[in-house]
Amino acid sequence: MHIRVQREPFDFGEECGRFGQDGRNVGAVVSFLGVVRDDSGDLASMEIEHYPGMTEKALGAIADAAMSRWDLADLLVIHRFGALAPGEAIMMVATAARHRAAAFEAAEFLMDYLKSRAPFWKKEIRREGSAWVQARDDDEAALGRW
Amino acid sequence: MVNVLYFAWVRERIGLPREEIETKAETVADLVAELSGRDARYAAAFADVSALRVALDQQLSEFSAPLNGVREVAFFPPMTGG
Repeated sequence: MHIRVQREPFDFGEECGRFGQDGRNVGAVVSFLGVVRDDSGDLASMEIEHYPGMTEKALGAIADAAMSRWDLADLLVIHRFGALAPGEAIMMVATAARHRAAAFEAAEFLMDYLKSRAPFWKKEIRREGSAWVQARDDDEAALGRW
Repeated sequence: MVNVLYFAWVRERIGLPREEIETKAETVADLVAELSGRDARYAAAFADVSALRVALDQQLSEFSAPLNGVREVAFFPPMTGG
């Protein structure tokens, strides 16, 4: 289980390449990459604030919950903070399991919980002013399915 | 003494990332009432607590939770990770 909270960029391909490759009992690897999206076309950057200390604890608790619920060989979470440009990678999760169902489900579970239970806040810095990204009711509702 | 932390727009409205507070507040709600009474910036930040979340010693908690023994209280809007 690997959890990293960092300002620096990461290389998605490289991370995927070395993840979950060492286990003989791994038959499925699922990975997800979250990217800074620019819906309106005037996004200068996305600023991600977090709560050092609580972030690591919350991510650890979410990852522990996934490990105990599914039979995973390994799990990786990387989440960045700081100022990110449109198109830059914000975060990734990867899961490795014997079969694909567990790998897919655990990856979705991690994403759902990361969205509304890990202390990160996004602010869109636009040329015409800036605004905090609002949490969506859908994000909270998504937890209900687990 | 309790360490009080503010994040995202709560931090911006209050104008501070953290402060140490001497308080006799028994619950989070009592602390919110005490802070709101300080000045307009705090009142604006805590105007609608349904839009806020609270963590006690880095665990998500409730506004009705007691503060005895708590060393760190954090106020922030709903999280937007991922």
